[in-house]
Amino acid sequence: MRIKVRALQALMCSALLLAAGSAFAAEAGEAAEGATQTNWKAWHAEIDIANKGALQRGARNFANYCLGCHSLKYMRYSRMGQDLEIPADLLEKYLIPPGEKPANYILTTMPAADAETWFGKAPPDLSLMARARGPDYIYRLFKTYYVDPTRPTGANNLQLPAIAMPPVLSELEGLKKPVYKAVEKQGEDGKTTTEQVFDHFEQVAPGRMNAEEYDAFVRDTVAFLSYVGEPAQIQRHALGIWVVLFLLVFTWLAWLLKKEYWKDVH
Amino acid sequence: MAENVVVGDDAVDLSRRKFLTTATVATGAVGAAFAAVPFIASWSPSERAKALGAPAELDLSKIEPGQMAIVTWRRQPIYVVRRTPEMVEHLKGHDELLKDKDSESSDQPPYAKNTFRARLPDVLVLIGTCTHLGCLPKQRFEAASPEMGAYWPGGFFCPCHGSRFDLAGRVFNGSPASVNLRVPPYEFPSPLKLVVGVDETEKGAA
Amino acid sequence: MAAVQGPHSGATPERKGFLGWLNKRLPVDEFISSQLTGYYAPKNFNIWYFFGSLALVVLVLQLATGIFLTMFYKPGEATSFDSVEFIMREVNFGWLIRYLHSTGASAFFIVVYLHMFRAFLYGSYRAPRELLWIFGMLVYLALMAEAFMGYVLPWGNMSFWGAQVIVNLFSTIPAIGPPLVEWIRGDYGIADATLNRFFSLHVVAVPLALLLLVMLHLVALRQTGSNNPDGIEIKKKLGPDGHPLDGIPFHPYYTVKDVVGVGVFFVLFTIVVFFVPTFGGLFLEGPNFEPANPMSTPEHIAPVWYFTPYYAILRAVPNQRMGALLMALAVLFFFFMPWLDRSPVKSIRYRPFLSKLALAIFAVSFVSLGYLGLQPAEGSYVMLARIFTVLYFAFFALMPIYSRIGQPKAEPERVTYHAH
Repeated sequence: MRIKVRALQALMCSALLLAAGSAFAAEAGEAAEGATQTNWKAWHAEIDIANKGALQRGARNFANYCLGCHSLKYMRYSRMGQDLEIPADLLEKYLIPPGEKPANYILTTMPAADAETWFGKAPPDLSLMARARGPDYIYRLFKTYYVDPTRPTGANNLQLPAIAMPPVLSELEGLKKPVYKAVEKQGEDGKTTTEQVFDHFEQVAPGRMNAEEYDAFVRDTVAFLSYVGEPAQIQRHALGIWVVLFLLVFTWLAWLLKKEYWKDVH
Repeated sequence: MAENVVVGDDAVDLSRRKFLTTATVATGAVGAAFAAVPFIASWSPSERAKALGAPAELDLSKIEPGQMAIVTWRRQPIYVVRRTPEMVEHLKGHDELLKDKDSESSDQPPYAKNTFRARLPDVLVLIGTCTHLGCLPKQRFEAASPEMGAYWPGGFFCPCHGSRFDLAGRVFNGSPASVNLRVPPYEFPSPLKLVVGVDETEKGAA
Repeated sequence: MAAVQGPHSGATPERKGFLGWLNKRLPVDEFISSQLTGYYAPKNFNIWYFFGSLALVVLVLQLATGIFLTMFYKPGEATSFDSVEFIMREVNFGWLIRYLHSTGASAFFIVVYLHMFRAFLYGSYRAPRELLWIFGMLVYLALMAEAFMGYVLPWGNMSFWGAQVIVNLFSTIPAIGPPLVEWIRGDYGIADATLNRFFSLHVVAVPLALLLLVMLHLVALRQTGSNNPDGIEIKKKLGPDGHPLDGIPFHPYYTVKDVVGVGVFFVLFTIVVFFVPTFGGLFLEGPNFEPANPMSTPEHIAPVWYFTPYYAILRAVPNQRMGALLMALAVLFFFFMPWLDRSPVKSIRYRPFLSKLALAIFAVSFVSLGYLGLQPAEGSYVMLARIFTVLYFAFFALMPIYSRIGQPKAEPERVTYHAH
């Protein structure tokens, strides 16, 4: 009976740890299996929130390419400067638009009504985009733009088909088009059909950056947006280690106390 | 006690129990104290409060000499008076009527602990709340007015309970208030620009 | 200063000083001796017996964090979502208080489900503990209401649509359905009125009800005494001092043991709070980081994981009214356990094979339905959900029959205990 109880306890503990571990993995984002050229849905943005350099570059990228249309209405310039360790004068010079005070929230100057007229829908606030859709979604959005003359913006997107946002990064990435390959699929009725499946992208026109540079650019921006989604996460991890360690010590002491008292029980 | 429970009766057992109990309780108490910190800290001013409490700026050229402007800093009214040379003269000669002429017990930054209670004689910066119970004192800059009396050098009069302060915010005898009006931290980044809430020691919010 | 020595009561010796003064005015010593040092619990409690005290700990945690969240949260269509982000970003340690509360909600259900499962294992709902079980079930119902309304408060897109779907279920009630739904909502769709009344119920009314029900639950427990893994009544064998031979004083033995349980719980709990607070989208769902949008439904509307078994049952039935009815029955059946179970023995340890199989199938069905409730209702998931729904109900409906089939093992005279 005792062995069974121990086994059951061990099983439950490992089950819980396994669940936590897989959730952890999901959140930390281990490289997905099958993340090939072809399987763009498995492309994954490996970001490191603790890398201040990446976050700083991401902030710069955002200010230069995104702030024109998108706001970060829950984030203050000063808070961003503090967390990213950007000196006040550099913050003022490169990241704060003229007329804005450091304590202000990061708002875009584009009027929402006009934006809706121009693009069909107002560019959404991006404070929580990384939490709502996940960093990988944003990464894939910026990696799967392609030339499409049938669209009003001249471009389409694999992650978000018929996307209203123009390919604002095309000056950096260049232009590309998708190449499809024919794949035979077995239908439910037994008949085989040929489908056109995405195989890889082909560069049509060069941008200012090569593929690696552009990938790093996107990843830095995604890292920055991930930080903006939850600025407290850096502090959260740092504090968490101490809390868990303390509780382990406390539990060990409580366990010794329990063993001592339960010597009485026969 | 039930037959299956036998309390150990040798001294070693009991002292080990006492030690372990103390150790566990002490660790638990430490843990509880740490656990209380986030809750207590949550009551401190939030980022929003601190941002709204950011330093207030004022362009001094907008104030006529002899006039007063009011700005808000950290939810308090700040009185900024451009004192004329005449007003500065009137700061002398009534020391015996003041409760605390040298500002020993009042609250001001080091650079305001002088007769002018300011960095410069011609700009007075005060927190415009009466040190009695918090009302806003009214300006009575005219010297020897019929309302205030012949001795009156000019200053502030609090309508709530009658406290009187001179043109440096120093409290007069006979007032319910017992300390001089407070001076906030401030500095002049450029000759005609005043920033309230920042100085050498106080970096200010945001 | 010594208290005046009054007439000797006989039972408890007179205390001196402050404690003496206090004891004349409040039954402090009486409480300690009757509920702690003098309350005898079976000595053979195993791991399944931690979850009651843990549930109490989580309740206190939710109350404390909830009180502090309410200091900063601003209920209202225009303000709720922003105020939650304000808490997360601008209130000192607001993020921590929020995560403690959101993780606490899920932890509450994990603990409560394990606590309930213990009752299934050892027959703790059987006579004379039927009322204890019923109070517990009422606590469970109140908890579900509390969690449902709590999830609406951040006013994210899942908050809105989850509320829309669940409140709409009430429209299936014959005759009064549609007007009832409008009355619950206070508007023609989920709106500001709904949010504000859910806020009041979540912060004041249901917590008060919970506290009352938990208290009644504890009083009922003390009245009958605890069951134990062997399912035998320890009060039947008393020692010369009048206490059960197989019992040990709750204090210090179970106070000390429960502290260990609390420690282990908090280690696991804080790992989640500090490292995986969204728990892969199970505790805090992605769509809820977008503000409520009546014009845009999330791709998959799913309730939070602790409701998904019932959600799976709801969807398994192709008819809306029947589905809602079956979902309600799925919860209500629990209430009847004390009377459905006809086995001559209480504990799973001594039940015949068929009863053990039935409980195992039920556990697998419940967990599977929970998983299926998280998935979109398509493909083979639909058939699986239907199969497990049938098995789920069979557990209850057939219990009066199968609980009497087979020969139970002989129950021991005394509890089985190994020193640990």
